[in-house]
Amino acid sequence: MAVAKLEQLAKSVVQGPSMATGAVPVKDWMDVSAIFKPGNYAYQAKQEKVEYLNSQKGLHFPNAREWSPEDEDWKLPENWKEIILKGLKERLEKFRSLKIFMDCCVRCGACADKCHFFLGTGDPKNMPVLRAELLRSIYRNDFTLGGKLLGKMAGGREMTVAVLKEWFMYSYQCTECRRCSVFCPYGIDTAEITIILRELLHLVGVGINWILEPVSNSNRTGNHMGLQPHTFKDNVDFLADDIENLTGVKINHSFNRKGAEVLFITPSADVFAEPGLYTAMGYLMLFEHIGLDYTWSTYASEGGNFGLFTNNETMKKLNGKMYAEAKRLGVKYIIGGECGHMWRVVHQYMDTMNGPADFLEVPKSPMTGTTFHNAASTKMVHISEFTADLIKHGKLNLDKSRNSHVKATFHDSCNPARAMGLIDEPRYILDHVVDGWVEMPENTIREQTFCCGSGTGLNTDEIMELRMRSGLPRANAVKHVIDKHAVNMLSCVCAIDRATLTSLMNYWNPGCDVCGVSELVGNALVMEGENRQELTEGLRTLV
Amino acid sequence: MKYAFSFLAVIALILIAGLGSQIPGMQYLFGVVLPYLAIMLFVGGFVYRIMDWAKSPVPFSIPTTCGQGVSLDFIKQDKLECPTKTSEVMARMFLEIFFFRSLFRNTKSELHDGPKITYESSKWLWLFSLIFHYSFLLIVLRHMRFFLEPVPFVLSALEGIDSMLQIGQPAMYLTDAFLLLGLMFLYGRRLLNRHVKYISLNNDYFPLVLIFSIALTGILMRYFLRTDIDIINIKNLAYGLVTFSPVIGAKIGAIFYIHLFLVCVLLAYFPFSKLMHMGGVFMSPTRNMANNSRSKRHINPWNDPEIKPHSYAGYEDEFREFMVDAGIPVEKELTAAKDEA
Repeated sequence: MAVAKLEQLAKSVVQGPSMATGAVPVKDWMDVSAIFKPGNYAYQAKQEKVEYLNSQKGLHFPNAREWSPEDEDWKLPENWKEIILKGLKERLEKFRSLKIFMDCCVRCGACADKCHFFLGTGDPKNMPVLRAELLRSIYRNDFTLGGKLLGKMAGGREMTVAVLKEWFMYSYQCTECRRCSVFCPYGIDTAEITIILRELLHLVGVGINWILEPVSNSNRTGNHMGLQPHTFKDNVDFLADDIENLTGVKINHSFNRKGAEVLFITPSADVFAEPGLYTAMGYLMLFEHIGLDYTWSTYASEGGNFGLFTNNETMKKLNGKMYAEAKRLGVKYIIGGECGHMWRVVHQYMDTMNGPADFLEVPKSPMTGTTFHNAASTKMVHISEFTADLIKHGKLNLDKSRNSHVKATFHDSCNPARAMGLIDEPRYILDHVVDGWVEMPENTIREQTFCCGSGTGLNTDEIMELRMRSGLPRANAVKHVIDKHAVNMLSCVCAIDRATLTSLMNYWNPGCDVCGVSELVGNALVMEGENRQELTEGLRTLV
Repeated sequence: MKYAFSFLAVIALILIAGLGSQIPGMQYLFGVVLPYLAIMLFVGGFVYRIMDWAKSPVPFSIPTTCGQGVSLDFIKQDKLECPTKTSEVMARMFLEIFFFRSLFRNTKSELHDGPKITYESSKWLWLFSLIFHYSFLLIVLRHMRFFLEPVPFVLSALEGIDSMLQIGQPAMYLTDAFLLLGLMFLYGRRLLNRHVKYISLNNDYFPLVLIFSIALTGILMRYFLRTDIDIINIKNLAYGLVTFSPVIGAKIGAIFYIHLFLVCVLLAYFPFSKLMHMGGVFMSPTRNMANNSRSKRHINPWNDPEIKPHSYAGYEDEFREFMVDAGIPVEKELTAAKDEA
């Protein structure tokens, strides 16, 4: 799908007749149907992927078939409506959040212009409140007294195929970033709504390939990329060789090694493609520098969890590998790499779903003796926490001038910021590895940070224009510091960001690169026995 | 037309009470039966809704963190925005419930050529919501004097403060003016703010018009139609209602029955509407949970132990040859695995 030229899109965002620019639709939102055309939807899941997942124990992905969102007939099961309403009833009984969020909204509109999808598309159904109303109207109609008695007068509407299509459209134009939930006076979290909508859609076989294929891969090969054990190892070995070429330091790393003290898990994207590769090199150098006794795993070779974007059962099944592997290898605890949604799962779901991890020990840094009490139960430490502690105790020999080619800013990823509270640790690290990094405007950072626009499995190319639109608020804030402070590097602690922000910068702010914080750490490290070349671009230098 | 519809509905309600209460014998219905019924629906409905919410578990720990979480010694935790302890959660909830903390963050975004997006602080909604809710609360408290004999000192003191400006005779209550002001703002923005206008339902206009009419009839009674009503009879009726010995005296004007009937409608409507946000705000999991899910295990009552990861054994079986070739340790060597097969 061709993406609009920058000038066209820049103009369209500001001047196109949309809710965000001042136009008001003539029709009531209930009378506007979702129309699917190339470029405005992510491709449907392939039949064989759905079949494979449905065959896995504990998972339920029915109605595998050939279909297309552009078709009139979605080949839903005959009793699809019954399945959806029953599914909704079950989820109301299982999630208090859903019930309360269905009942309490007063439609004050505080969330309306907080969504990056709304700001970039101007589509009123991308106002978080209206996205929730897509489900709430059905809830009212079938589950509340007012709706049952008064129907449309009380804001209810009948569940129809058109409604289902609308759900598909807008639950895949939400990245579950939770920014709206920060501003809501009742803390209504659209991520919860989107999660439920996607769960319901899977009950009738409606899902996207960019999510279900990585989920299948992750289940079978251990990672989203589908890297088999030998390939995964090759990729990491290759990075180790690169480090040796650049710095003269030989990296000692291992795979699936029993008896290591620490299991290290990071998103597989870090060992797969630029610019994540440089972040992975940063990890390897850091662990080498401090002599950590750790191992990688090819079986649990994925930190990310696209299961979070399908349903809670799948999330649990994929996540289960982390503890299973930690137990098999007999490690003491786990360190996790930089990733956004991975850390939402680790921080808020893992212990509940797959704990208690009583076979592990409370994480304690072997170099500094610091006990990570905040991870006392889950036994998994974030690389930024681990690194910040090392720096604080003077265990790293850092030379900021090795990052002199970098003028950095920092992007808070949605999940670490709003589902974890990991905000100042990466900043502490930046303070010690780069000179004079700058913050973006205050309404766009920390808990108010803007999503990259492509999270929750929406980082697929067929919806590139949509991604460039929804990423605009983030890109725009970066542009602000580029213009003001000549920033040339957008640092972050998320693997999806590293991929998606790169596309976003190339589009809106060419010349600004993207990196993981650990890459900047790797750049600045002064390692023992190094025979370092002149690295004018740090680990990215071509020699 | 939704906004107009709510007016029609309330006008109909006013007519019902205004005319109905004037039919001989119907005063008992409007003065005694309906108030009891409304209270029963309100209390019963409210309790039912809370119990119904409480019946659904909170399977996962999902607080929205709005500041730095607890971490290393040298990283300062934002205890109010990212609480870990129960006391900190209570402080967060206190700010949310009494000062509308989250609404205070509100910003207004604007798109400019470039494109350039700007975000400006916008506290009007926060301010008028506070004005509306606190005025309403004080007015409800002031009305308690009708149900209590003798009137407690706090209530008299409250009245004194409320009418301290000493405007008019009887002295005007500040809360009356503020309530109307707040309602007019909340209603006005539903008509003028395009985002809010597009999302507003009957369910949003109706309570505003209803409360506005309640306030208006109350004000009319106190300041303008005093001769039509007998305050002693009203107090006797109110006191009789709470002591379960209601008496309908003569000379209670239609305006009072309209006021009372609209209050009854509000009470009965309350538990079945969005007004339940009053209860829901206490129970919202993104606000009332501690951000301690890595240090303390949260229990999901329906967690399914049967959902297990694709096993390592199955994984190794599929990739054993590759692993051995690549020098990755395996549980079963190739020969052993072949023997078994």
